[in-house]
Amino acid sequence: MTTTAHGIESAAWLLIALPLISGAVLLLAGKRANKWGHLLGALVPIVLFVYALMLFFAVKHEHNREVSRHLFNWIHVGRFSIDAGLLLDPLSLVFVLLITGVGSLIHIYAVGYMSHDPGRRRFFGYFNIFVAAMLLLVLADNYLSLYVGWEGVGVASYLLISFYYDRNSAATAGNKAFFANRVGDVGLSVAIMLMFAYLGNTSFQTVLHSHLSNGVASAIAFMLLLGACGKSGQFPLQTWLPDAMEGPTPVSALIHAATMVTAGVYLIARSAAIFDQSQSARTMITIIGAITLLYGCVSAFGQDDLKKVLAYSTVSQIGYMFLAVGLGPGVYAIGIIHLLGHGFFKAALFLSAGSVMHAMNDRIDMRRFGGLRTVMPITFAVFVCGYLALIGFPLATGFWTKDKIIEAAFDKGGTSGWILGIAALLGAGLTAAYMTRALVMTFFGEKRWEDDVHPHEAPKSMTLPMIVLGALSLVGGYLLIFGGGVQHWLTPSVGPSVEEGVHTVNPTVLSILTLVVIALGAYGAYAAYGRKAVPVEKPVAVSPITRAARKNIYADAFNEAVLMKPGQWLSRALVYFDNRGVDGAVTGLAAGMGGSSSRLRRMQTGFVRSYALSMLGGTIAVVAVLLAVRFQ
Amino acid sequence: MSHVLFAAATVPTIKTPSIAYHAIAPILIVLGAALLGVLVEAAVPRRERFNAQIAVTVLGLIGALVAVGLLHNTSLTTPSPVGSSESFYGALSVDPAGLFLQGTVLALALMATLLISERSIEIGSPIVASAAVVVGSPDDKRLANSERVQTEIFPLLLFAVSGMLIFPIANNLLLMFIALEVLSLPLYLMAGLSRRRRLLSQEASLKYFLLGAFASAFFLYGLALLYGYANSVDLPAIFNAQRTSGKSDVLLYLGLGLVIVGLLFKASVAPFHSWTPDVYQGSPTPVAAFMASCTKVASFGALLRVLVIGFSGSTWDWRPIIWGVAIASMVIGAILGVTQTDIKRVLAYSSIAHAGFILVGLVAVTSDKGQSLASVMFYVLSYGFTTLAAFGLLMLVRDADGEATHLSQWSGLARKSPLVASVMTILLLSMAGIPLTSGFIGKFYVFRAAWHTAGPLVVIALLCSAVAAFYYLRIVVLMFFAEPPENAPTIAIPGWSASVALTTGVVVTVFLGLLPEPIVDLAVKAAHLRG
Repeated sequence: MTTTAHGIESAAWLLIALPLISGAVLLLAGKRANKWGHLLGALVPIVLFVYALMLFFAVKHEHNREVSRHLFNWIHVGRFSIDAGLLLDPLSLVFVLLITGVGSLIHIYAVGYMSHDPGRRRFFGYFNIFVAAMLLLVLADNYLSLYVGWEGVGVASYLLISFYYDRNSAATAGNKAFFANRVGDVGLSVAIMLMFAYLGNTSFQTVLHSHLSNGVASAIAFMLLLGACGKSGQFPLQTWLPDAMEGPTPVSALIHAATMVTAGVYLIARSAAIFDQSQSARTMITIIGAITLLYGCVSAFGQDDLKKVLAYSTVSQIGYMFLAVGLGPGVYAIGIIHLLGHGFFKAALFLSAGSVMHAMNDRIDMRRFGGLRTVMPITFAVFVCGYLALIGFPLATGFWTKDKIIEAAFDKGGTSGWILGIAALLGAGLTAAYMTRALVMTFFGEKRWEDDVHPHEAPKSMTLPMIVLGALSLVGGYLLIFGGGVQHWLTPSVGPSVEEGVHTVNPTVLSILTLVVIALGAYGAYAAYGRKAVPVEKPVAVSPITRAARKNIYADAFNEAVLMKPGQWLSRALVYFDNRGVDGAVTGLAAGMGGSSSRLRRMQTGFVRSYALSMLGGTIAVVAVLLAVRFQ
Repeated sequence: MSHVLFAAATVPTIKTPSIAYHAIAPILIVLGAALLGVLVEAAVPRRERFNAQIAVTVLGLIGALVAVGLLHNTSLTTPSPVGSSESFYGALSVDPAGLFLQGTVLALALMATLLISERSIEIGSPIVASAAVVVGSPDDKRLANSERVQTEIFPLLLFAVSGMLIFPIANNLLLMFIALEVLSLPLYLMAGLSRRRRLLSQEASLKYFLLGAFASAFFLYGLALLYGYANSVDLPAIFNAQRTSGKSDVLLYLGLGLVIVGLLFKASVAPFHSWTPDVYQGSPTPVAAFMASCTKVASFGALLRVLVIGFSGSTWDWRPIIWGVAIASMVIGAILGVTQTDIKRVLAYSSIAHAGFILVGLVAVTSDKGQSLASVMFYVLSYGFTTLAAFGLLMLVRDADGEATHLSQWSGLARKSPLVASVMTILLLSMAGIPLTSGFIGKFYVFRAAWHTAGPLVVIALLCSAVAAFYYLRIVVLMFFAEPPENAPTIAIPGWSASVALTTGVVVTVFLGLLPEPIVDLAVKAAHLRG
């Protein structure tokens, strides 16, 4: 049983209310708040972080480290009621600490990054609202409240992707994110309806402690998985995430790297009890994870936009997390730990990318960088920390967390274990390669800057958070894994971590093998990009693999051909049968209003006689069915 | 036949039915106000007419609403039926569910009246200056820019409302038919009263009339067949006859089918929906709002009564019909809605899809002790407010030709008016059934009520609502993330009346999403139909 909140725990609702209020103030106060708005916006997550730390220690001393805080009764009619409440447990608390901790650093960074932007106050308003929604998502004690937070982070994310809405690409990227997320959201909402239908309730207390029939558990699990794929940019809903980099860099760092996109992993870890009842759904997660992690690696190769490289890297790293949580009980905790570590190093990488971008007049093409290590030593150092952590350099974060996932994949045993393990191992090598390429192209080699660019190191408000994150990237993994602290801490939420058992491959051997693969990958990329000059223009004559990688393995083309076009044909065909003139444009974005009058006339060709005929047909059908049912 | 004549001869006098006047007070008040409106047309000088009509209509509707409230209180405190069996030999049953629906109709009609009264957006009002003037004639052009308004629309609206008040409480099919005509005839006229695009409006009116007459004929024929089966047009008598009558069931099922078709037509349920997009598009926007909200409430009220009072004994026979038309409605509404490029048509298809969702709740209405009934009543109420406000908002976005309803003109609207775009977003999210709006709660209750009886139907409904969500959200995305077109429409500032109506609609939409309990509670307590 969970303990009821008392003491400082009972004010946990402040975690959601504070950023919400401050976001509302920032958005509603208008120009008056321009002077101090960003400071308020940045202060809020810091306060929340301090409070979250206090909560952490308070909950640590509770009997079973699970505290519930009932807020209010949302719907209550008869025997049916939905309560809104918060659940403070190990899983939600590590997320709260990640969101507020990394969030604080990125907010501070954004103060400097956005200092010349006229929309700074609006930016911080959205940013705070995002924090509120994200905290609601992880603190909710039932799926319905979680869904509210889920939609909330989605909305904040679209708003922030389209922040520079006067750029066409930003608006399009916002659209794309919106639709991919909708597909996922439908999955989550169907899962919630299924829970209501079969359990009458969506609280974690009920859902995660009920025994469901295999069919129902699988249905719920697959629907949850669909939701998770949409939000976390996993195959086949992955294409929106790289485009989402159109938003300001702090957004990419916080929302599209460290926190929101990991919500899918959270959802699966939270629903561990359901996935435990459905082997097929679990297998599906591992397959999706493996495909996505390789997809992300290969696509990252084809990109010249530094942020896009990092975005594909995020897609691929979340693939690792999916793989981990899909492997099942005992590995959930490892997935979460990789998520935390990833939060540190990917934020560090994005922030240094932002710093580079800031220095290069908002240009992000790596072909026009080069030789920045001497000009921007701090940024370079932070990027290197993140780089080492991401590729899994010995003793840096990724070394501890990613290796564990590779090991767990091999330990799954059987053919599938080998396939997954090799995919994960291959991914590690590719990761080292594309990151080396990005590092070399950006910071080494000769200068390929455009003439009007005068790079300089970023101001202190930006470098300080970067340094903290850089340090965390180096040592964070060790802290997370040390003595099994976090794994042990997470046990009440996701079950104990299983270390013992038969290893398919000896861990030491595997570690060494992984390092060899990583070294090969890094060396290969260095040989290809570090030895000779990088052309300023994209080479045209390239291998088919490079071409595929540049087009992110044709995922967009595939979506268009397989999903968009048939959808349009279907709807056109239906319109044809509807015997009514509707103009050909199905997208609603029909440019121009040319000939609107003729269109109006055409719409009125809906003949009454055909309507009447359809009614008659319907009537005959109704009567026929009635009589058929009666006299069958 | 001779037997019937003989029976009539032996009863030379007709007993006057006892009438519980207080129970039908709301109807009488609305009818009285309608007659007063006719007198105003005749007696009050033209300049004063508009305001006088607004006063009469608004006061009449408020008076009726108060009367419904008072009746509701008594009917809940006194267990004995108020006037039910006493009024017209039980032809009218003023029961809790009927009162709930009447109250909903009145509240929505009040909002529609406020939308019709809007004069600051357009010279005159959304209503034509003189409906009889030939379109395109010099007089028509002169009148288009005059302050004159065809103020008869107000009494017409009141007559329609009176029909809508009788419709859901009629336990007698003949009376129900009269109510159907009383509510329909004014609507046919009102559809033709648009100030702009008059030809379209008149065409809509004629179409609606022709198809409406067709549907009424079905209803009437069904009624006659049922009379042939049960020797009565009273629903309770028809119910009893199914257990005792030795006549062929063909009469019964043919009759039931045709009566249902008549009602489904009014509720714009597929495959009897084809008039909806054309009529909504052609009608003056406030009238379309009135039709989409009030007519729907009233016709679902009538459908509920027919099925529960008259045919709860043959649930297994009519349930497949409800399944079929619900699926047809949801699928047609959802998929064809995606291809529409005119916002009024999108709302029309949305209305068809919503009719399907309501029918999902209706499937279990005879077997679950009021849960389904309550869910349907809540749904029609919440949907009514949302759709009314959505239509109302269309009035604000205008270009030189009047309302700018083409989707492309709505692109980038948020940059021009964040308020209008945000309000529209709330309403569309509610129609899509996103949490924290009334639409979510409504769908949720309906699906929940139907789950145990019709699980697969609920799954289909969920899928359809996912598809439908696409076109609502597409408009949201269009408003917020697309570039405004070159001929971007202007946003008119509404006057007091439309502002009140719009604010109410949005507030109710949000309020029912956050704290649905009071109304859900009311619906659950009122979920009781009396034969």
